[in-house]
Amino acid sequence: MNWIVQNLWLIPALPLLASGIIALTPRKGRARGAALAIGSMGISFLLSVWAFAHVLALRSSGELTTQVFNFHWFQFGNEWLSLGWVLNPLTAVMLVMVTFVGLLIFIFSVGYMAHDENFTRFFCFLALFAGGMLGVVISNSLLLLFMSWEIVGLTSYLLISFWYHKPSAAAAGKKAFITTRIGDLPFFLGMVWLYSQTGTLLFYNNGAGCLEPTAITHMLSQATPLGVCAATAIALLIFCGAVGKSGQVPLHVWLPDAMEGPTPVSALIHAATMVAAGVFLVARVYPLMSAQHSINGMLTTSAALQVVTWVGAITAFFAATIAVAQWDIKRILAYSTVSQLGYMMMGLGVGGVAVGIFHLITHAFFKSLLFLGAGSVIHGCSDEQDIRRMGGLAKYMPVTFAAYAVGMLALCGFPLFSGFWSKDEILHAASTWNVSHVPYFLGAAGALLTAFYMSRQVIYVFFGTLRLAPAAPQDTHGASHAPAQADAHHHGSGAPHESPAVMTVPLVLLSIFAGLLGFAGTAAWPWFQSFLENAPLKLDFGAFTHGGILPVMLTSSVIVLFGLGLGWWFYGRRPIEGAEAPDNLGRLAPAAFNFLGHAAFVDALYGATFIRFNTLLSKISDWFDRWIWNGAVKTVTQTVFGFAHLDNFIDTHVVNSGFDEGCEGLSSGGRLLALLQAGRIQGYLKIIAGALVVFTVLLLWKASI
Amino acid sequence: MLAWTIYISFLGALALLLLPSRSAALARFLALLVSLTTFALALRGFIQHRSGEMFTVVSVPWIHSLGIQYSLKADGISLTLLLLTGVIGICGVLLSWNIDVRVKEFFAFYLLLIGAVYGVFLSFDLFLLFVFYEIVVIPKYFLIAIWGSTRREYGAMKLVIYSFVGSAMVLVGLIAAYVVSGSKSLSLDYLAGYHFSPHFQMWAFPLVFTGFAVLAGMWPFHTWAPTGHVAAPTAASMLLAGVIMKLGAYGCLRVAMTLFPLGLGPWGFHVLGFGSWRDVFAVLAVIGIIYGALVALVQKDFKFVIGYSSISHMGFILLGLMTLNQIGLSGAVVQMVSHGILAGLLFGVVGRMVYSRTHTRELAALGPMHLSKVIPFAAATFVIAGMASMGLPGFSGFTAELMILIGVWRSYPTLILFVGVGLIAGVAYIWRAMQLAFFAGGPLATAPPDHPLPPISLPERVAAVILIASSVIVGIFPQIFLHVIHPALNSPMFDGLSKGGW
Repeated sequence: MNWIVQNLWLIPALPLLASGIIALTPRKGRARGAALAIGSMGISFLLSVWAFAHVLALRSSGELTTQVFNFHWFQFGNEWLSLGWVLNPLTAVMLVMVTFVGLLIFIFSVGYMAHDENFTRFFCFLALFAGGMLGVVISNSLLLLFMSWEIVGLTSYLLISFWYHKPSAAAAGKKAFITTRIGDLPFFLGMVWLYSQTGTLLFYNNGAGCLEPTAITHMLSQATPLGVCAATAIALLIFCGAVGKSGQVPLHVWLPDAMEGPTPVSALIHAATMVAAGVFLVARVYPLMSAQHSINGMLTTSAALQVVTWVGAITAFFAATIAVAQWDIKRILAYSTVSQLGYMMMGLGVGGVAVGIFHLITHAFFKSLLFLGAGSVIHGCSDEQDIRRMGGLAKYMPVTFAAYAVGMLALCGFPLFSGFWSKDEILHAASTWNVSHVPYFLGAAGALLTAFYMSRQVIYVFFGTLRLAPAAPQDTHGASHAPAQADAHHHGSGAPHESPAVMTVPLVLLSIFAGLLGFAGTAAWPWFQSFLENAPLKLDFGAFTHGGILPVMLTSSVIVLFGLGLGWWFYGRRPIEGAEAPDNLGRLAPAAFNFLGHAAFVDALYGATFIRFNTLLSKISDWFDRWIWNGAVKTVTQTVFGFAHLDNFIDTHVVNSGFDEGCEGLSSGGRLLALLQAGRIQGYLKIIAGALVVFTVLLLWKASI
Repeated sequence: MLAWTIYISFLGALALLLLPSRSAALARFLALLVSLTTFALALRGFIQHRSGEMFTVVSVPWIHSLGIQYSLKADGISLTLLLLTGVIGICGVLLSWNIDVRVKEFFAFYLLLIGAVYGVFLSFDLFLLFVFYEIVVIPKYFLIAIWGSTRREYGAMKLVIYSFVGSAMVLVGLIAAYVVSGSKSLSLDYLAGYHFSPHFQMWAFPLVFTGFAVLAGMWPFHTWAPTGHVAAPTAASMLLAGVIMKLGAYGCLRVAMTLFPLGLGPWGFHVLGFGSWRDVFAVLAVIGIIYGALVALVQKDFKFVIGYSSISHMGFILLGLMTLNQIGLSGAVVQMVSHGILAGLLFGVVGRMVYSRTHTRELAALGPMHLSKVIPFAAATFVIAGMASMGLPGFSGFTAELMILIGVWRSYPTLILFVGVGLIAGVAYIWRAMQLAFFAGGPLATAPPDHPLPPISLPERVAAVILIASSVIVGIFPQIFLHVIHPALNSPMFDGLSKGGW
C-alpha cells in the first residue's frame, strides 16, 4: 500500500499536535504559537497535495481510486469496533480545499488578531479545529467521523465565544453547541442503528463496509414500523446531523449568531469548512442516501434524497429573504451562507455528489474571501460592523474592494465567475428533476435575492459617502443585533485604512480562485465531475447545447443581472443620506422588512415553545424532587420520629416508671431489712434473747394445755 | 499482593491515629504515601493478570461452623474497579491538602474508607463482602458529619439510614439464599452455581438488586445522594460519587444478577406494560437518567448540579446492566470507571477549587466573581470535565455511553429515544452551570475583585491532570480495560446470565 494512504492520519494529526503544544505555550509565546499552527497547516497542505496527486496517478493508471486503511479500536463481545481512513477523490478534493483555505485564513489571522491578548489561545483553537475538520474528511468510519465532528463542534463553540466577556458571544457559542447537538442526537441514533443493522461502521472494507452493496441491500430489505425501510430511516437520521451542522432550516438559528466570533473564525468555520461538513457528510454516505428499491426497473429518487432536496431548497430561499433585511455586514454573509448551503444540499439531492460538492468547493473560496474581506473592512473601520455606518470605502481600501467585488460577483453567480458554473449546474439539475419543479423555482428566486442583497451590501459599504461615526451610539435596530466591540482590540480610530499585506495577500489569492475555479467544472469540460465520479473526460463545447443547459444558463444570467439592477435601483441611484436613514426597501413594506429583519422570529418561536417547555419540565422534576420524593422521605422520617416520640413517651411513662416504681419498692424494702442487719452484736444478742424468751413462753404455754 | 491494598490502607489509618506528632504535613504525606502504594499494588495486579480471569488472592477458612471463608479473589471487573479506587484515592488526598482541622483523624477515616472499598471489590465471600460493605458506612458518616458543610448532620444521617436500609434488604436476601442453598457456604462462586428455584429468585432478585441499587442512586431511592454529596467535604464527595456509588452498581452486577439470574426472566404476565423485573429496572434507570439531568438543570447550588448529574450518569450504568448483553454489560463497567473519574474531577473543581476559595456555591453569586479570570485553571478544568461528562468523543464518557446505547438498542430500542432526551439535557445543564459559574461576569472594570482568591495550588493541579489523563486514556484506549472485562463476563460465574437465564 502506498505510503500516503497508510499515513493519511498525519494530515489531521499535525494540526492537533500543534494545538496541543500551543496549549502548553505561555500566553507570551505569540510568534511560536502562530508559527506552529501555520507550519503544521502548511505541512498538512503539502501532504494533501501529495494525496491528491496520488489519486490522480491511480486514476490515470486505471486502478481503483478508493483506498482504505482500517484498524481495530476496541472489542465488545466477539465483535471488534474498527476505525480507519479512506483516500478517494472526494477525500482528496476536500483535503486540498480545507488545508489551502485554512492556511490562508491562518495567515490572515496573524494580522487580524494582532492586537488580541489571547492571540496564542486563538491559534490553539484554530489548529484544534483544523485537526477535527480534517479528521471528518479522512474518516472511513462513521464513528471516527462522528468523533471528529464533535471536536469540530466543540472548537466551533470555543471560537464563537472567544470573546466570551461579551454576553452575546457567550450566548451565541452556547446556542451553536446546543443546536448542533440537537441535530447530532438523531445522527448518533442513526449511527447506533446502522451498527446494529450491518455490524460495522466502516464505510468501505473490501465489500464488508456499510456503504457497500451487501449492507445496503440488507438495509433495504428491513422494514421499520414507520413504513419506510431501514436504509431510508437511517439515512434520514444521519441527515439530521447534517441539518444541524450545515444550518439548514429549522436548525439554522445558530449560524447567524455565530458571527459573534472573530471574523477569521467566521470565514474558516462558518463559511468554508465546518458548515460544509454537513454537506460533506451527505456526500460521504451518498450510497446510503440514494439507496432505493428499483421499482419495475425504473430509477427513481430515494425518499431520503427527496427530503434532502426539499430541505435544501426551502433553506436556500428562506435564508436569502432574511439576508435582505440585515444591517450587520457579517450577518448578511451568514444568512447568505445558510442560503448557499441550501443550494449545496439541493444539488446533492437533485444532481448527485459532484454537483453538490462542486458548489461546496467554489463556495468555500468565494465565501471565505467575502468574510475575510468583511474582516478587512471591519478592521479598517475600527470594528464597526453596521453597514449603515460605512460607505465610500472603495477609495480608502482599494485592494479589499477589488477582492470583495470578485467574491460578490462569484456569489451572485455573475457569468463566468466560479459561482456561476456551480450554481448553474444545481439549477440545471433541479430543472430536470423528476419529482417536482418547485425546488427549481425556489432556487431561481433565491438567486435573484442573492444578487439583490449582495448589491445592497456592496453599495452600502463601498459606494457613496463615508458615514462612520467616531463614537457610534448603540442603535436599537434588531433584537439580536451585535454592537461593535471597540474594547475587544482597540487600534486607533480615525479614517478607514487599508489592511496590512498579511491580510490583503490571502484576499488576493482567494479572489483568483474565486474567479477562475469554475472553469474546472464547466459543462464543456467537466473535469471536476469526472474526477469525483471517476468518469471519462473529454472537451466538448457542444455539451452546452445538450439537455437544456443553455436555456438554464441564460435564464440564470438574466436573473442575476436583474437582481443586480434591482439592487442598484433601490440603493445605488441616489446616495444614501445618512446612517439613520431607513432602508429604501423598508420604506416600501415596513412590516415585511421588520419581519425579515428579525429573521422571521424563528428564535422567538423556539424561545416561546421548546425552551419554555423544557424549563417547565425541569421545574416540575425539581418540584417533584423537593416535595414528592423528599416529601415521601420526610413523611417516613416524620412517621418514624412520631413512633420514636411515642416510644419515648411509653418508655418514660410506662416502662421506665414501672421500672422506677419497682426499684423504689425494692430499695425501701431493703432499707427496712437493713435496719435489722445493723451489724451490732449486742443487738443481735438482744434479738436472740428476746426470741428465746418468746419460744420458751410458747413452748411452756403449749405444754400447759 | 492485592490483599495488601486493604491491609495497607487499614494500617495507614491506624498509624495516622497513633502518630505522636501533631504535624499536618506529616499526616498528609503519610496518607498520600499509603494511597500511592495501594494504587501501585492495584496497578501491579492489573498488569499481572492480563487474562482477566478469576484468580484467588487469599482463601482461608474463617468461621467453620457457618462455612464462611476469608476469601479474596479478583477478576477483570474487580481489577478495573480497584484501579479506579486507587486513582480516586490519590486524587482525593491531593484535593484534601487544605484540610487543617483534625487532619490526622480526617485522613485516618479516609484511609479506612478506601481500605473497605478495596475490600468490597476483592471479597468473594458474601459474608466478608457484607462486612466490608458495612465498614464503608462508618467513616463516611464521620467524614461528612465532622468536616462537611451545608446541613452536614442531616446529610450524613440521611446517607447512613439509606445505606442501612439497602444493606438490610441485601442481608435478608443473602441469608435467604444461604438457607435455601443448604447452609453450606457463602462463597459467591458456590452460590452462583447453585440453582435456586425460579420462584425464589423472583422475589430474592428484586430485593437484593434494589438493596444495592439504593447505593447506586437508582431513582426513586436517590435522594440521599445529592444531599450527601453537597454536605460532604470534597474528598468525601469524590469518594462518594467516584467509588461508593460504584459499590452499589458492582453489588447489583456481582451479587444480585449472578446469584439470581432467573429473577430477570419474564413474570408471565404484564402489569402496566412491564413484563419482568428487568423491564422495571430498565425503566427506572431511564427515568433516573432524564430526571437527574432535568433536576440538575434548575439547581441554584453548583454542587447540587453535580450531585444530580451523578444520578443521571448512574442511570446509564443500571441501564447497561439491564441490557443483559455483552456490549451493554461491559459498557456499564466502563461507565463505572468513567463516571468515577469524571465525578471525582467535577467535585474536585466545585468543592475544592471553587467553594473552598469563594465560600459560596450559589451560581448567582459565583458569576460576578469572574472566576474564569481569577482562577482560569479551575475554569479550564471544569470545561474539560464538563465536555467529558456530556460524552464528547475522546473522553471516557463517550466510549461508555456508545457501548451502553448499542446494547440498549439491541434490548430496548424504544427506550433509546428517552435516553437521547437525557443526553441533550446533559449538555444543557453542564453548559448552564459552566456559563453561570465561570463566564457570567459582566465587564471586568465594573466589579474589581475585592479580596483576591488564592491561586490554584500544585496538588490541585496534579490531581486535575491525573483525572483528565485517566479519562482520556479510558476514552481512547478502552481496549485496555475491555481486554480484562470480557473474560470476566464470560467466566462461569456469569453463566446464568449469559446462557439466557431469563
